[in-house]
Amino acid sequence: MDPVLELINLVVHFHTQDGIVYAVNGVSYAAEAGKTLGIVGESGCGKSVSVLSAMRLIPEPPGKIVAGEIFYQGQDLLKLDKAGMQDIRGKEMAMIFQDPMTSFNPVLTIGHQISESSIVHFGIGQKEARQRSVELLELVGIPQAVDRFDDYPHQFSGGMRQRAMIAMALSCNPSVLIADEPTTALDVTIQAQIVDLIKDLSERFDMAIIWITHDLGVIAEIADRVVVMYAGYVVEEADVFDLFENPSHPYTLALLKSLPRVDTYSSEKLATIPGSPPDCLSLPPGCPFAPRCVYAVDQCRHENPPLDQSSFEHQIACWVDITTGRER
Amino acid sequence: MSSTTTDSTDVTWKSLEIAERPPLTPTQVAWRRFRRHKMAIAGIFMLVAIILYVTVGTFFFTEAEANYTDLSIKLSPPSLEHPFGTDMVGRDLFARTIYGGQISIIIGLFAVFVSIILGVLIGAVSGYYGGATDSVLMRFTEAMFNIPSLFLLIILGKVLSGKIANFNLLGRSFSGSVVVIIAVIGITSWMYLARIVRANVLSLKEQEFITAARCTGTSNFSIIFSHILPNTTAPIIVSATLLVAAAILAEAYVSFLGVGVQPPTPTWGNMLDQAYHHLEREPWMWFFPGVLILMTVLGINFVGDGLRDALDPRALSESE
Repeated sequence: MDPVLELINLVVHFHTQDGIVYAVNGVSYAAEAGKTLGIVGESGCGKSVSVLSAMRLIPEPPGKIVAGEIFYQGQDLLKLDKAGMQDIRGKEMAMIFQDPMTSFNPVLTIGHQISESSIVHFGIGQKEARQRSVELLELVGIPQAVDRFDDYPHQFSGGMRQRAMIAMALSCNPSVLIADEPTTALDVTIQAQIVDLIKDLSERFDMAIIWITHDLGVIAEIADRVVVMYAGYVVEEADVFDLFENPSHPYTLALLKSLPRVDTYSSEKLATIPGSPPDCLSLPPGCPFAPRCVYAVDQCRHENPPLDQSSFEHQIACWVDITTGRER
Repeated sequence: MSSTTTDSTDVTWKSLEIAERPPLTPTQVAWRRFRRHKMAIAGIFMLVAIILYVTVGTFFFTEAEANYTDLSIKLSPPSLEHPFGTDMVGRDLFARTIYGGQISIIIGLFAVFVSIILGVLIGAVSGYYGGATDSVLMRFTEAMFNIPSLFLLIILGKVLSGKIANFNLLGRSFSGSVVVIIAVIGITSWMYLARIVRANVLSLKEQEFITAARCTGTSNFSIIFSHILPNTTAPIIVSATLLVAAAILAEAYVSFLGVGVQPPTPTWGNMLDQAYHHLEREPWMWFFPGVLILMTVLGINFVGDGLRDALDPRALSESE
């Protein structure tokens, strides 16, 4: 099946006063219709920058897409002009943000903000847009949607706002829905409801979903395929079951080990990854994870391993085979 | 005993009624909050009084009466016949404050209108687009700041004076110099507003809801005008009210320097100016126009303050 949205070797830099920030360094991934692609990684590893680049929403300057291609249904988005991109945004690709508290304009009604994109893209009238938005609010499970249409964001709770955000994203039936940590700011019960809602909607409308998170629990629940990112590189990409069964990159393994488990003794200390992710201003010469990696060998400190794409099923960027502890 | 029971049921019914009342619309909420602001209500009364004064007053005096000179009664103190006294050529100050007030208020409002349009446009474009556009516009703003505004007022007043013909509006003929003064004050007073708007736009455009709006494919134009500017109404209203006051005063200086609205057409500003040589001996000449300016400026400021609190939707939930 052809991917709906495909990023190929995307390189994004930010030119700041302190130097060049290497935010995304040759990242490729693809989202398929009806499937969910999970992107996992620590803060600052380029997850959000890569999807914002796909929407062409990174601030330019200081940001710059240095190399790579982004295909949306065969069309190279990097070659589109501003107007062409505006047509794609919201209509073909939509996005849900992390913090539902700050993602709505406080002085405009929820209804106004949901209607906006269908008015812009379909050219429909206020009345029709209103009716559509009310239907969308009902679809995402807002009770008494007709009355809530004219409410302001502060009159909604966090979970309801996130639902409204989803309604806003869905208003033009996009083919790609990008969810940038949509559940991070919500409590666990609401989180589960939102995950179920998006899962259900993606099946119903055959949307491709890109789900960015640092919560592996959510990934296990929703994703079909997972990309693990570290310091602007994809370090491992695999089917969700395969990834959890055989994590093959030391970073993925370390992430999985740092999850709290119900079947361990409470006296055991939670495992962590020592150190912190490298500063993207000055990446180490070899593998960016090498300084924190327990498997690191000499080669890791000099040469950055490429992502081994020989098998589609499970791609890893590592010099070491962690099952044997030897170099590949 | 039974009466207590009825009382308590009454209370329950009342609270139920309150609970079942439909939620207030934002306008109703804003009005409630405005009403609670005592100074704002006082401000409204002051402004209504001033507006009645300058409009209803015209039924009692004609403009010709306001300009009628009678040297035999010059500089007479307030009396029954001339409640505010007369000036150095014997014109009735009461009638002059009525007609002068109209012009002062018109100048204040329209000059601020010009200033808001310029300031908001320049500030919003500069803040939103940033980069070279921002540098050029902000250097221009600074240049305007650095030229003493009095100097600009005089130059512009000189250049533009006499270029605009007199015109009739609302049954009154206005000298073209009124339009000149409006333009001149507007052109020299937008800079603070532009800076305030720019600063607000700079912080607002980084907010997530602006990214969210861009995500839905909204154009830059509607992001600026329907997403960003409604968030900056509070500072705009507040600076506009201050500007109205400043514009009424600015009109007074330019009149004093000989490039403003010329007598015999009265304005509160030029009446104050004419009182300059009579400060100690004929205090009624400056007292009445001065009090009227004070009331107008205070009233507008109180109302502006009340509006700022009432219209800010982020503060809605706090005080309810």
